[in-house]
Amino acid sequence: MVLVPEIREFIVANFLFGRAEHALEDDESFLASGIIDSTGVLELIGFLEKQYGITVENAELLPDNLDSVSKVASFVRRKLGD
Amino acid sequence: MGATSTFSRAALHLDAAREVERIAEAIRSAVFGTMKRKGAVIGVSGGIDSSVCAALCARALGPERVTGLLMPEADSAPETTDFGALAARSLGIRTVFEDITPILEAAGCYRRRDAAIRDVVPDYTPACKSKIVLPNMLAGDSYRIFSVVVQFPDGTHTRARLTSDSYLGILAATNFKQRVRKMMEYHYADRLQAAVVGTPNRLEYDQGFFVKLGDGAADLKPIAHLYKTQVYQLAEYLGVPDAIRQRPPTTDTYSLSQSQEEFYFSVPFDTLDLCLFGLNHGVAASEVAPTVALTSEQVERIYRDIAAKRKVAEYLHSPPLLVEEIRTPGNVEHAGA
Repeated sequence: MVLVPEIREFIVANFLFGRAEHALEDDESFLASGIIDSTGVLELIGFLEKQYGITVENAELLPDNLDSVSKVASFVRRKLGD
Repeated sequence: MGATSTFSRAALHLDAAREVERIAEAIRSAVFGTMKRKGAVIGVSGGIDSSVCAALCARALGPERVTGLLMPEADSAPETTDFGALAARSLGIRTVFEDITPILEAAGCYRRRDAAIRDVVPDYTPACKSKIVLPNMLAGDSYRIFSVVVQFPDGTHTRARLTSDSYLGILAATNFKQRVRKMMEYHYADRLQAAVVGTPNRLEYDQGFFVKLGDGAADLKPIAHLYKTQVYQLAEYLGVPDAIRQRPPTTDTYSLSQSQEEFYFSVPFDTLDLCLFGLNHGVAASEVAPTVALTSEQVERIYRDIAAKRKVAEYLHSPPLLVEEIRTPGNVEHAGA
Protein backbone atom coordinates (compact mmCIF):
# COMPACT_ATOMS: atom_id res chain seq x y z
CA MET A 1 0.00 0.00 0.00
CA VAL A 2 1.35 3.41 -0.98
CA LEU A 3 0.40 5.13 2.26
CA VAL A 4 2.91 7.98 2.29
CA PRO A 5 2.11 9.31 -1.21
CA GLU A 6 -1.65 9.01 -0.63
CA ILE A 7 -1.53 10.84 2.68
CA ARG A 8 0.80 13.46 1.27
CA GLU A 9 -1.54 14.01 -1.66
CA PHE A 10 -4.50 14.52 0.70
CA ILE A 11 -2.57 17.02 2.84
CA VAL A 12 -1.27 18.97 -0.15
CA ALA A 13 -4.66 19.06 -1.88
CA ASN A 14 -6.70 19.98 1.21
CA PHE A 15 -4.42 22.16 3.31
CA LEU A 16 -1.80 23.53 0.93
CA PHE A 17 -4.30 23.85 -1.94
CA GLY A 18 -1.89 22.18 -4.30
CA ARG A 19 0.57 25.07 -4.15
CA ALA A 20 4.08 24.02 -4.97
CA GLU A 21 5.89 26.71 -2.95
CA HIS A 22 5.57 24.69 0.24
CA ALA A 23 7.69 21.56 -0.07
CA LEU A 24 6.11 19.30 2.52
CA GLU A 25 8.63 17.11 4.34
CA ASP A 26 7.44 13.71 5.53
CA ASP A 27 8.49 14.48 9.10
CA GLU A 28 7.26 18.07 9.16
CA SER A 29 4.92 18.81 12.08
CA PHE A 30 1.48 19.86 10.81
CA LEU A 31 0.74 21.89 13.92
CA ALA A 32 4.14 23.56 14.31
CA SER A 33 4.20 24.62 10.67
CA GLY A 34 0.57 25.80 10.82
CA ILE A 35 -0.51 23.47 8.01
CA ILE A 36 -3.38 21.98 10.01
CA ASP A 37 -5.44 23.56 12.78
CA SER A 38 -7.94 21.82 15.04
CA THR A 39 -10.63 21.77 12.34
CA GLY A 40 -8.06 20.31 9.95
CA VAL A 41 -7.43 17.45 12.35
CA LEU A 42 -11.14 16.60 12.05
CA GLU A 43 -10.82 16.56 8.26
CA LEU A 44 -7.76 14.34 8.47
CA ILE A 45 -9.54 11.88 10.76
CA GLY A 46 -12.51 11.78 8.37
CA PHE A 47 -10.18 11.05 5.45
CA LEU A 48 -8.37 8.23 7.26
CA GLU A 49 -11.59 6.57 8.43
CA LYS A 50 -13.13 6.68 4.97
CA GLN A 51 -10.06 5.91 2.90
CA TYR A 52 -8.70 3.06 5.00
CA GLY A 53 -11.84 1.78 6.73
CA ILE A 54 -10.36 2.32 10.18
CA THR A 55 -11.90 3.85 13.31
CA VAL A 56 -9.78 6.42 15.09
CA GLU A 57 -10.52 6.09 18.81
CA ASN A 58 -10.54 9.10 21.15
CA ALA A 59 -7.47 7.76 22.94
CA GLU A 60 -5.62 7.75 19.61
CA LEU A 61 -6.13 11.47 18.91
CA LEU A 62 -2.50 12.25 19.66
CA PRO A 63 0.18 14.23 17.83
CA ASP A 64 2.32 11.08 18.00
CA ASN A 65 -0.20 9.47 15.63
CA LEU A 66 -1.34 12.36 13.45
CA ASP A 67 1.16 15.23 13.33
CA SER A 68 3.16 14.46 10.17
CA VAL A 69 2.89 12.42 6.99
CA SER A 70 5.26 9.81 8.44
CA LYS A 71 3.40 9.57 11.74
CA VAL A 72 0.02 9.25 10.03
CA ALA A 73 1.36 6.54 7.72
CA SER A 74 2.81 4.58 10.66
CA PHE A 75 -0.43 4.96 12.58
CA VAL A 76 -2.53 3.67 9.68
CA ARG A 77 -0.13 0.78 9.17
CA ARG A 78 -0.49 -0.19 12.84
CA LYS A 79 -4.28 0.11 12.67
CA LEU A 80 -4.49 -2.05 9.57
CA GLY A 81 -2.21 -4.62 11.15
CA ASP A 82 -4.29 -4.78 14.34
CA MET B 1 8.24 42.32 33.98
CA GLY B 2 11.41 40.34 33.49
CA ALA B 3 11.85 36.59 33.64
CA THR B 4 13.61 36.82 36.99
CA SER B 5 10.88 38.74 38.83
CA THR B 6 8.49 37.06 41.24
CA PHE B 7 5.26 36.34 39.46
CA SER B 8 1.97 36.53 41.36
CA ARG B 9 -1.71 37.24 40.91
CA ALA B 10 -0.96 40.86 41.82
CA ALA B 11 0.32 41.26 38.25
CA LEU B 12 -3.28 41.72 37.14
CA HIS B 13 -4.29 44.21 39.80
CA LEU B 14 -5.20 47.61 38.44
CA ASP B 15 -6.22 50.99 39.84
CA ALA B 16 -9.93 50.71 39.03
CA ALA B 17 -10.79 54.39 39.55
CA ARG B 18 -8.01 55.53 37.27
CA GLU B 19 -8.73 52.93 34.62
CA VAL B 20 -12.44 53.78 34.56
CA GLU B 21 -11.66 57.45 33.99
CA ARG B 22 -9.13 56.60 31.27
CA ILE B 23 -11.63 54.39 29.42
CA ALA B 24 -14.47 56.89 29.87
CA GLU B 25 -12.34 59.59 28.27
CA ALA B 26 -11.49 57.25 25.39
CA ILE B 27 -15.20 56.47 24.86
CA ARG B 28 -16.13 60.18 24.85
CA SER B 29 -13.36 60.94 22.42
CA ALA B 30 -14.30 58.06 20.09
CA VAL B 31 -18.08 58.60 20.12
CA PHE B 32 -18.40 62.38 20.21
CA GLY B 33 -15.07 63.24 18.61
CA THR B 34 -13.85 60.70 16.07
CA MET B 35 -17.20 59.18 15.07
CA LYS B 36 -19.45 62.15 15.85
CA ARG B 37 -22.25 59.92 17.07
CA LYS B 38 -24.88 60.93 19.58
CA GLY B 39 -24.66 57.95 21.91
CA ALA B 40 -24.02 54.23 22.20
CA VAL B 41 -25.93 51.04 21.50
CA ILE B 42 -24.92 47.88 23.32
CA GLY B 43 -26.28 44.36 23.47
CA VAL B 44 -26.72 43.54 27.14
CA SER B 45 -26.60 39.82 27.83
CA GLY B 46 -26.59 40.00 31.59
CA GLY B 47 -22.96 38.87 31.59
CA ILE B 48 -20.07 40.68 33.23
CA ASP B 49 -18.50 42.10 30.05
CA SER B 50 -21.58 43.76 28.58
CA SER B 51 -22.60 45.02 32.04
CA VAL B 52 -19.22 46.69 32.53
CA CYS B 53 -19.25 48.15 29.01
CA ALA B 54 -22.75 49.55 29.57
CA ALA B 55 -21.64 51.05 32.89
CA LEU B 56 -18.56 52.62 31.28
CA CYS B 57 -20.68 54.10 28.47
CA ALA B 58 -23.25 55.45 30.90
CA ARG B 59 -20.48 57.11 32.89
CA ALA B 60 -18.74 58.47 29.79
CA LEU B 61 -21.71 59.66 27.76
CA GLY B 62 -24.52 59.96 30.30
CA PRO B 63 -27.12 57.20 30.80
CA GLU B 64 -29.65 59.01 28.62
CA ARG B 65 -27.34 58.50 25.61
CA VAL B 66 -26.97 54.73 26.07
CA THR B 67 -29.41 52.13 24.71
CA GLY B 68 -29.22 48.53 25.88
CA LEU B 69 -30.65 45.82 23.64
CA LEU B 70 -32.07 42.66 25.22
CA MET B 71 -32.01 40.03 22.45
CA PRO B 72 -32.93 36.55 23.67
CA GLU B 73 -33.69 33.65 21.34
CA ALA B 74 -35.22 30.21 21.74
CA ASP B 75 -32.10 28.67 23.33
CA SER B 76 -31.32 31.55 25.70
CA ALA B 77 -31.39 30.75 29.40
CA PRO B 78 -34.55 32.29 30.91
CA GLU B 79 -32.52 34.42 33.33
CA THR B 80 -30.51 36.08 30.54
CA THR B 81 -33.08 38.80 29.94
CA ASP B 82 -33.62 39.32 33.66
CA PHE B 83 -29.91 39.88 34.29
CA GLY B 84 -29.60 42.15 31.26
CA ALA B 85 -32.57 44.21 32.47
CA LEU B 86 -31.09 44.30 35.97
CA ALA B 87 -27.81 45.70 34.64
CA ALA B 88 -29.63 48.33 32.59
CA ARG B 89 -31.92 49.31 35.45
CA SER B 90 -29.00 49.77 37.82
CA LEU B 91 -27.49 52.26 35.34
CA GLY B 92 -30.65 54.09 34.38
CA ILE B 93 -30.19 53.38 30.66
CA ARG B 94 -33.15 52.62 28.43
CA THR B 95 -33.63 49.12 27.08
CA VAL B 96 -35.27 47.69 24.00
CA PHE B 97 -36.49 44.09 23.91
CA GLU B 98 -36.02 42.21 20.63
CA ASP B 99 -36.74 38.47 20.54
CA ILE B 100 -34.58 37.34 17.61
CA THR B 101 -36.09 33.82 17.43
CA PRO B 102 -38.31 34.53 14.39
CA ILE B 103 -35.36 35.90 12.39
CA LEU B 104 -33.26 32.87 13.30
CA GLU B 105 -36.10 30.52 12.34
CA ALA B 106 -36.47 32.27 9.00
CA ALA B 107 -32.73 31.98 8.36
CA GLY B 108 -32.85 28.26 9.14
CA CYS B 109 -30.52 28.55 12.13
CA TYR B 110 -32.18 25.84 14.23
CA ARG B 111 -33.05 23.60 11.26
CA ARG B 112 -29.50 23.66 9.90
CA ARG B 113 -28.00 23.08 13.35
CA ASP B 114 -30.35 20.16 14.05
CA ALA B 115 -29.48 18.53 10.71
CA ALA B 116 -25.76 18.79 11.50
CA ILE B 117 -26.27 17.22 14.94
CA ARG B 118 -28.29 14.37 13.41
CA ASP B 119 -25.24 13.49 11.29
CA VAL B 120 -23.59 12.14 14.45
CA VAL B 121 -26.63 11.55 16.71
CA PRO B 122 -29.36 10.16 14.39
CA ASP B 123 -31.96 10.02 17.21
CA TYR B 124 -31.70 13.76 17.82
CA THR B 125 -34.99 15.67 17.49
CA PRO B 126 -35.81 19.36 17.96
CA ALA B 127 -37.22 18.42 21.37
CA CYS B 128 -33.69 17.54 22.55
CA LYS B 129 -31.27 19.99 24.13
CA SER B 130 -27.64 20.14 23.08
CA LYS B 131 -24.25 21.78 23.41
CA ILE B 132 -20.78 21.20 22.01
CA VAL B 133 -17.84 20.69 24.34
CA LEU B 134 -14.04 20.38 24.30
CA PRO B 135 -12.02 18.02 26.48
CA ASN B 136 -9.89 19.55 29.23
CA MET B 137 -6.57 20.77 27.90
CA LEU B 138 -4.63 19.83 31.03
CA ALA B 139 -5.32 16.11 30.90
CA GLY B 140 -2.72 15.30 28.23
CA ASP B 141 -1.38 15.98 24.78
CA SER B 142 -4.49 14.72 23.00
CA TYR B 143 -5.95 16.89 20.23
CA ARG B 144 -8.90 18.82 21.58
CA ILE B 145 -11.75 17.65 19.39
CA PHE B 146 -15.30 18.90 19.84
CA SER B 147 -18.06 16.52 20.88
CA VAL B 148 -21.79 17.20 20.92
CA VAL B 149 -23.71 16.43 24.12
CA VAL B 150 -27.42 15.73 23.59
CA GLN B 151 -30.05 15.57 26.30
CA PHE B 152 -33.15 13.63 25.24
CA PRO B 153 -36.63 14.61 26.46
CA ASP B 154 -36.53 11.75 29.02
CA GLY B 155 -33.43 13.31 30.62
CA THR B 156 -30.89 10.79 29.33
CA HIS B 157 -27.70 12.06 27.69
CA THR B 158 -25.45 10.91 24.90
CA ARG B 159 -22.12 12.28 23.70
CA ALA B 160 -20.63 11.89 20.23
CA ARG B 161 -17.40 13.10 18.66
CA LEU B 162 -18.06 15.52 15.82
CA THR B 163 -16.95 15.01 12.27
CA SER B 164 -15.57 17.90 10.29
CA ASP B 165 -18.90 18.34 8.46
CA SER B 166 -21.06 18.20 11.57
CA TYR B 167 -18.79 20.57 13.52
CA LEU B 168 -18.74 23.15 10.75
CA GLY B 169 -22.48 22.72 10.21
CA ILE B 170 -23.29 23.39 13.85
CA LEU B 171 -20.84 26.29 14.04
CA ALA B 172 -22.07 27.98 10.87
CA ALA B 173 -25.70 27.62 11.95
CA THR B 174 -25.25 28.90 15.51
CA ASN B 175 -23.13 31.83 14.28
CA PHE B 176 -26.39 33.25 12.90
CA LYS B 177 -27.20 34.18 16.49
CA GLN B 178 -24.28 36.55 16.96
CA ARG B 179 -24.70 37.98 13.47
CA VAL B 180 -28.42 38.65 13.88
CA ARG B 181 -27.76 40.38 17.18
CA LYS B 182 -25.16 42.58 15.53
CA MET B 183 -27.54 43.38 12.68
CA MET B 184 -30.09 44.51 15.26
CA GLU B 185 -27.50 46.61 17.09
CA TYR B 186 -26.62 48.43 13.88
CA HIS B 187 -30.30 48.94 13.13
CA TYR B 188 -30.65 50.88 16.37
CA ALA B 189 -27.31 52.59 15.82
CA ASP B 190 -28.57 53.88 12.46
CA ARG B 191 -31.91 54.86 13.97
CA LEU B 192 -30.33 56.76 16.87
CA GLN B 193 -27.13 57.96 15.14
CA ALA B 194 -25.26 56.03 17.79
CA ALA B 195 -22.07 53.95 17.90
CA VAL B 196 -22.13 50.19 18.43
CA VAL B 197 -20.11 49.09 21.43
CA GLY B 198 -18.41 45.69 21.31
CA THR B 199 -17.85 43.89 24.58
CA PRO B 200 -14.88 41.52 24.20
CA ASN B 201 -12.38 41.30 27.02
CA ARG B 202 -8.71 40.65 26.29
CA LEU B 203 -8.98 36.85 26.43
CA GLU B 204 -11.76 36.86 23.86
CA TYR B 205 -10.12 39.46 21.63
CA ASP B 206 -6.68 37.85 21.71
CA GLN B 207 -7.87 34.26 21.37
CA GLY B 208 -10.52 34.78 18.70
CA PHE B 209 -13.48 33.90 20.88
CA PHE B 210 -15.96 35.77 18.71
CA VAL B 211 -17.88 35.44 15.47
CA LYS B 212 -16.50 37.40 12.54
CA LEU B 213 -19.03 40.09 11.64
CA GLY B 214 -21.06 38.92 14.61
CA ASP B 215 -20.02 39.86 18.11
CA GLY B 216 -16.60 40.63 16.58
CA ALA B 217 -18.05 43.68 14.81
CA ALA B 218 -18.33 47.03 16.58
CA ASP B 219 -17.41 50.70 16.34
CA LEU B 220 -15.42 50.60 19.57
CA LYS B 221 -14.34 47.91 22.04
CA PRO B 222 -13.63 49.64 25.34
CA ILE B 223 -12.48 46.64 27.41
CA ALA B 224 -10.57 44.66 24.76
CA HIS B 225 -7.29 45.51 26.51
CA LEU B 226 -8.43 44.19 29.91
CA TYR B 227 -7.89 40.68 31.24
CA LYS B 228 -11.10 39.09 32.49
CA THR B 229 -9.91 39.33 36.09
CA GLN B 230 -9.52 43.08 35.57
CA VAL B 231 -13.03 43.33 34.12
CA TYR B 232 -14.29 41.92 37.43
CA GLN B 233 -12.27 44.54 39.30
CA LEU B 234 -13.93 47.30 37.26
CA ALA B 235 -17.33 45.67 37.77
CA GLU B 236 -16.92 45.92 41.52
CA TYR B 237 -15.78 49.53 41.33
CA LEU B 238 -18.63 50.47 38.97
CA GLY B 239 -21.24 48.84 41.21
CA VAL B 240 -22.38 46.17 38.79
CA PRO B 241 -25.02 44.19 40.74
CA ASP B 242 -23.69 41.25 42.79
CA ALA B 243 -26.01 38.80 41.04
CA ILE B 244 -24.23 39.54 37.75
CA ARG B 245 -20.73 39.53 39.20
CA GLN B 246 -21.32 36.12 40.77
CA ARG B 247 -22.66 34.41 37.63
CA PRO B 248 -20.26 31.99 35.92
CA PRO B 249 -19.47 33.14 32.36
CA THR B 250 -21.54 31.22 29.78
CA THR B 251 -21.85 31.30 26.02
CA ASP B 252 -25.68 31.44 26.08
CA THR B 253 -25.64 29.99 22.57
CA TYR B 254 -26.67 26.37 23.10
CA SER B 255 -29.85 24.98 24.67
CA LEU B 256 -27.89 23.01 27.30
CA SER B 257 -26.01 25.17 29.77
CA GLN B 258 -22.45 25.61 28.50
CA SER B 259 -19.52 27.29 30.18
CA GLN B 260 -16.97 29.28 28.17
CA GLU B 261 -14.40 26.86 29.57
CA GLU B 262 -15.89 23.76 27.96
CA PHE B 263 -16.65 25.55 24.69
CA TYR B 264 -13.42 27.34 24.05
CA PHE B 265 -10.89 28.14 26.72
CA SER B 266 -10.58 24.71 28.42
CA VAL B 267 -9.17 26.19 31.64
CA PRO B 268 -10.71 28.64 34.16
CA PHE B 269 -10.46 32.25 33.04
CA ASP B 270 -8.41 33.37 36.03
CA THR B 271 -5.81 30.71 35.19
CA LEU B 272 -5.82 31.63 31.54
CA ASP B 273 -5.55 35.34 32.41
CA LEU B 274 -2.34 34.70 34.33
CA CYS B 275 -0.91 32.45 31.62
CA LEU B 276 -1.71 34.99 28.91
CA PHE B 277 -0.14 37.76 30.98
CA GLY B 278 2.91 35.57 31.60
CA LEU B 279 3.29 34.76 27.92
CA ASN B 280 2.82 38.40 26.92
CA HIS B 281 5.51 39.51 29.37
CA GLY B 282 8.08 36.81 28.74
CA VAL B 283 7.55 35.05 32.06
CA ALA B 284 8.77 31.44 31.99
CA ALA B 285 6.13 28.72 32.37
CA SER B 286 8.02 27.44 35.42
CA GLU B 287 7.52 30.80 37.11
CA VAL B 288 3.80 31.03 36.31
CA ALA B 289 3.10 27.41 37.32
CA PRO B 290 3.08 27.78 41.15
CA THR B 291 0.76 30.78 40.98
CA VAL B 292 -1.87 28.88 39.02
CA ALA B 293 -1.28 25.56 40.84
CA LEU B 294 -0.25 23.74 37.67
CA THR B 295 2.93 22.01 36.53
CA SER B 296 5.38 23.78 34.25
CA GLU B 297 4.48 21.28 31.54
CA GLN B 298 0.78 22.17 31.84
CA VAL B 299 1.54 25.88 31.59
CA GLU B 300 3.71 25.18 28.53
CA ARG B 301 0.71 23.38 27.02
CA ILE B 302 -1.47 26.43 27.70
CA TYR B 303 1.20 28.67 26.11
CA ARG B 304 1.15 26.46 22.99
CA ASP B 305 -2.65 26.53 22.89
CA ILE B 306 -2.67 30.34 23.16
CA ALA B 307 -0.27 30.53 20.21
CA ALA B 308 -2.38 28.11 18.16
CA LYS B 309 -5.59 30.07 18.83
CA ARG B 310 -3.84 33.29 17.84
CA LYS B 311 -3.12 31.80 14.43
CA VAL B 312 -6.82 31.02 13.94
CA ALA B 313 -7.76 34.47 15.24
CA GLU B 314 -5.67 36.18 12.54
CA TYR B 315 -8.36 35.45 9.96
CA LEU B 316 -11.12 36.56 12.33
CA HIS B 317 -9.40 39.91 12.91
CA SER B 318 -8.49 40.45 9.28
CA PRO B 319 -10.34 43.22 7.41
CA PRO B 320 -11.18 42.70 3.72
CA LEU B 321 -7.95 42.36 1.75
CA LEU B 322 -7.39 44.66 -1.22
CA VAL B 323 -5.40 44.00 -4.35
CA GLU B 324 -3.70 47.38 -4.13
CA GLU B 325 -3.61 50.43 -1.92
CA ILE B 326 -6.48 52.85 -2.41
CA ARG B 327 -5.43 56.39 -1.71
CA THR B 328 -7.91 59.19 -1.16
CA PRO B 329 -7.06 62.62 0.30
CA GLY B 330 -6.61 62.21 4.03
CA ASN B 331 -7.34 58.49 3.92
CA VAL B 332 -5.18 55.53 2.97
CA GLU B 333 -6.21 51.90 2.95
CA HIS B 334 -3.37 49.45 2.61
CA ALA B 335 -3.56 46.37 0.45
CA GLY B 336 -3.23 43.34 2.67
CA ALA B 337 -3.89 45.40 5.80
